[in-house]
Amino acid sequence: MSKTNLTRRGVLKTGAVAGAGVALPTIFTASSAAAYTNEPTGSSVTLGFNVPQTGPYADEGNDELLAQQLAVEHLNGEGDGGCLNTFTSKALKGNGILGKKVEFVTGDTQTKSDAARASAKSMIEKDGAIMINGGSSSGVAIAVQGLCQEAGVIFMAGLTHSNDTTGKDRKANGFRHFFNAYMSAAALAPILEKELGADRRAYHLTADYTWGWSQQESIAAATEAMGWETVNNVLTPLASTDFSSYIAPVLNSGADVLVLNHYGGNMVNSLTNAIQFGMMEKVVNNKDFKIVVPLYSELMAAGAGENIKGVFGSMNYNWQLQNEGSKQFVKSFGEKYGKPPSNSAQTCYAQTLLYADACERAGTFNPCGVAEALEGFEFDGLGNGKTLYRADDHQCFKDVLVVKGADNPTNQYDTLEIVEVTPAAQVTYEPNHPMFGGDEASLGTCNAG
Amino acid sequence: MLGLNKKDTTLLIAVAVLTMFAPFFLNPFPSDSAMAQFNAGYPDLMQRFVIFGIFAIGFNILFGLTGYLSFGHAAFLGVGSYAAVWIFKLFTYNVVPAIILAVIVAAVFSVLMGYVSLRRSGIYFSILTLAFAQMMFALAYSVLSNPKFNLTNGETGLQVYPNDPQMFHPDSMQDFPHLFGLYMNSTYTMNVGPWAFDFNTGYYLCAVVLLAVFYLAIRIFRSPFGMMLRAIKSNQTRLNYTGLNPRPYTLAAFVISGAYAGLAGGLMAAMDPLAGAERMQWTASGEVVLMTILGGTGTLIGPVLGAGFIKYFENIFSKINDAVLHQWFAFLPDGLEDFVVFLIHPFVGKGWHLTLGILFMLVVIFLPGGLVEGGQRIGKWIKSRGKSKDTGPKTEPAELGE
Amino acid sequence: MDAILLQILNGLDKGSAYALIALGLTLIFGTLGVVNFAHGALFMIGAFCAVTLQRFLSLSFETISETEKDFLGNPLKVETPYVESWFGTEVGSSIIDWSVPLSILLAIPIMMLVGLIMERGLIKHFYKREHADQILVTFGLAIVLQEIVKYYFGANPIQTPAPDALSGVANLGAWFGFELAYPVWRIVYFCFAALVIFGVFAFLQFTTFGMVVRAGMADRETVGLLGINIDRRFTIMFAIAAAVAGLAGVMYAPINPPNYHMGMDFLVLSFVVVVVGGMGSLPGAVLAGFMLGILESFASTTWATTTIPGINQIIIYLVAIIVLLTRPRGLMGRKGVMEE
Repeated sequence: MSKTNLTRRGVLKTGAVAGAGVALPTIFTASSAAAYTNEPTGSSVTLGFNVPQTGPYADEGNDELLAQQLAVEHLNGEGDGGCLNTFTSKALKGNGILGKKVEFVTGDTQTKSDAARASAKSMIEKDGAIMINGGSSSGVAIAVQGLCQEAGVIFMAGLTHSNDTTGKDRKANGFRHFFNAYMSAAALAPILEKELGADRRAYHLTADYTWGWSQQESIAAATEAMGWETVNNVLTPLASTDFSSYIAPVLNSGADVLVLNHYGGNMVNSLTNAIQFGMMEKVVNNKDFKIVVPLYSELMAAGAGENIKGVFGSMNYNWQLQNEGSKQFVKSFGEKYGKPPSNSAQTCYAQTLLYADACERAGTFNPCGVAEALEGFEFDGLGNGKTLYRADDHQCFKDVLVVKGADNPTNQYDTLEIVEVTPAAQVTYEPNHPMFGGDEASLGTCNAG
Repeated sequence: MLGLNKKDTTLLIAVAVLTMFAPFFLNPFPSDSAMAQFNAGYPDLMQRFVIFGIFAIGFNILFGLTGYLSFGHAAFLGVGSYAAVWIFKLFTYNVVPAIILAVIVAAVFSVLMGYVSLRRSGIYFSILTLAFAQMMFALAYSVLSNPKFNLTNGETGLQVYPNDPQMFHPDSMQDFPHLFGLYMNSTYTMNVGPWAFDFNTGYYLCAVVLLAVFYLAIRIFRSPFGMMLRAIKSNQTRLNYTGLNPRPYTLAAFVISGAYAGLAGGLMAAMDPLAGAERMQWTASGEVVLMTILGGTGTLIGPVLGAGFIKYFENIFSKINDAVLHQWFAFLPDGLEDFVVFLIHPFVGKGWHLTLGILFMLVVIFLPGGLVEGGQRIGKWIKSRGKSKDTGPKTEPAELGE
Repeated sequence: MDAILLQILNGLDKGSAYALIALGLTLIFGTLGVVNFAHGALFMIGAFCAVTLQRFLSLSFETISETEKDFLGNPLKVETPYVESWFGTEVGSSIIDWSVPLSILLAIPIMMLVGLIMERGLIKHFYKREHADQILVTFGLAIVLQEIVKYYFGANPIQTPAPDALSGVANLGAWFGFELAYPVWRIVYFCFAALVIFGVFAFLQFTTFGMVVRAGMADRETVGLLGINIDRRFTIMFAIAAAVAGLAGVMYAPINPPNYHMGMDFLVLSFVVVVVGGMGSLPGAVLAGFMLGILESFASTTWATTTIPGINQIIIYLVAIIVLLTRPRGLMGRKGVMEE
């Protein structure tokens, strides 16, 4: 894309137009004016925060937005500095990025690929955003990642859990801090074995679309490897609201574990329905019946209320983690907004700081330079412990949390308790793992627009 | 001119001027001013205006003329997009075959769906189209994206991968849809003082297509065929007594509007080579109904206006966040500033749905003929200023009277 | 055997919600001739009546705890609901526990009021307008209503549990000597729906008011010529229809936690139900509601989905298409309704 461009802000800023009032139209193309898409030339740099603001994930998106705003504050040296104090890289000075004040624009993904691409484009084309951050579903993340690759800006994914984001759909301009379905499975399996035993019969309910399938595949593979039997896997339509007709057959199937490969509203309803049918009180095959929700989020836990007691799952981050970075982040976030951060909020916060830090270290906003600075970058102090941004697939490798619905929560925020912190080494896989596109998957080359 | 009467020629010329100079009209504010937030003249949104305009014009040929309210037209837009992306994947990034195939595939689907659905009328027809479209959406979203037979790529959306065959795509060319070497995403920016205007290849392709299909729509409206469709709307029973079978005419209208939707879908894929199932959902079908009614059902220009109106809201209002509001009202004293922001806050940004809902209601309540009627009323008011008030607010479907 | 019975129960349960919403829709359509796209929103508002009452009853005052700490390490603010301090912990907590059934009392007047305001303030101006205009304005209203709810309650679902006494599992098969466990609240929901449906039919069948309304549904003009103020009665019918939708929502809250878009989720389905039943036919709406509920349940079984992949995604629409093509006016529709 050397001859073309998608944007004009950089052009506009550099294009000095001679003569006032009746100036002759001056026509530029991007290649002649800017080195890369949306090169910031003024005293500020614009980041684009693309999160769901309408639709069922609006609250999740709002949490992400709060975290991103907090990150911008810290980057500009306002507030208490947050994780800049604990981050192992000391490149950020609290004076913006590369001396430029950080500004941001926001867009509404509506959790639809089309709408998400439209709002991302609008931020890139109209507002001159140099990086897009956020989102709360894998479909949106992959769609926007592709767009950012074409447009020549960096994409920092928010909540996206599908293997594909950094698997077969990985892109040179895209980076994911969040964990994925494979990691969930790898982290959960040993704990499930320890807590529930190696001789279990699992019944899967799976949301009938790409993410659901990829999670089901990962969990089934990991649990079967330790001796579990997969009794059945039933696909449920995304539009389902009532899961009773899927839950009822579980009771007679001889299964003693129910795995809910659902997210968001689907998960809240299927779990609520499962509890309604008295599953947690059942004894099957002389074992207590158990429910596993491989991907947990705080908002889903809140939506499911009491029903999550004793239900196992995994998370990317939880505010109860006691490392320095986590304590600092919870303090900053909690004091500003009066509630602890969710794990998607933490991801978006960390991604914003990581991007800024990479710019500082690279000394440029050029996406290729930034990508290079992020690749293979090892850091700590953002809340997850020691973390590596792997160069091969732009996936972060860090500890994964196995959590359980708390039996006796003391307040509305500690409804989940951390059962185990699975070390990063246990969830690491080869970049050409078959679940991640195998040998065919490639990042392609970085695009600077 | 071109077989049109004077009034229609004026309309066509007006539309031509509007679309050709849209980059100027849509960027009225200097790009550094606070009002730049309201500028809509960036390539993506301009393309959307025109593409959804085409979609709505087509929908209006069915709904505006025959009165058959379809709730499934988004499905044709979706299959058009899928067809176009498959051309990109298998053969070439040139948009001409992609768009042609999109139209053909959508037309074939609309023949099938129309043949069955048109056996019923009224709300039964609406529900039949809705049912077909929802089925297609559900299948595209999940069943047809299974690894064994991946036709739609489900949630992620169908897109071109580096290992796709692309038989006629030379390596020397960039990986983006083009019209014989003119890339759809290439943009020229013209700076005039503090203003900046974008001229985008993709937009102009869409605009030219819009003009062509708009002209076609005028001809259809004015043709004997169009008269026949209107006769079906006004009294189908009477038409039956005259010994005419209305079904072939309604089916033709259905297929034409389906092909328009396929064209819009193909163009959408050409501007952004990704086709997602969500654009087939019933809410997307509902959106084109809203566009048409909002702009003015049965009028030529109304659907285009309605499309622009809704897309403007979706893309501009949703981006006004609290930070922007504070920037605008920074000149006010602190307490007052917070108060004003507090008042406006629920209606912009994440509240843009609320504003849109309120506006729908206001338009439908006070302007039954849509935005076109609004324009007519203003026109009349200007004309009759000074004269005695003798004309009540009587609505005439604009441009219907010859 | 019991698997089939279970799915029939599930179907009846789903069908209850469909039937109640479709019943209200048909009442409005049959009496006023208005296609009400805001009907799903009324269902949603009903559910949020339960949420509101639950919140209201749980209104608390704060006391600072000496010993416990909150997540930031500050002293924990312990919240005690007012009702618990007024009536004692036991009575107070059981009042909160029963908040969903209690909210029926709140929902009936509120929903009737909402219905009245809607009809007098908006719908009545649309009797003479095209169906498309009615659809658009009520759709706009539905968006506005759900956005208002979202503004106050957020987008996340909110748990509104059933009372403890009604939230367990009952063994329905005990009488017949086999095991058939089913959630108590779902049985309550079905019985409640049956009661409401029966009530509406009885009201229309056995009261003078109902007789006049039925006459008005059949031939509005003639009834008007007889000197009967049919408009006022129709207004009241609108309020009743709103209350029916609202009650369906209140009782649905414990089944699936309410969220602001639950109305839209049911809207398309309920229209399909109405049309399959036949526009304007009350028994048709009820019959179609239960029928589609049961079919949907059976299509979700492993047996069905392995036979025809994806059947659970499309069954409702497939049935709608087949019914409409074989029975032009739905199962029990009258001629000439909504065909112009």
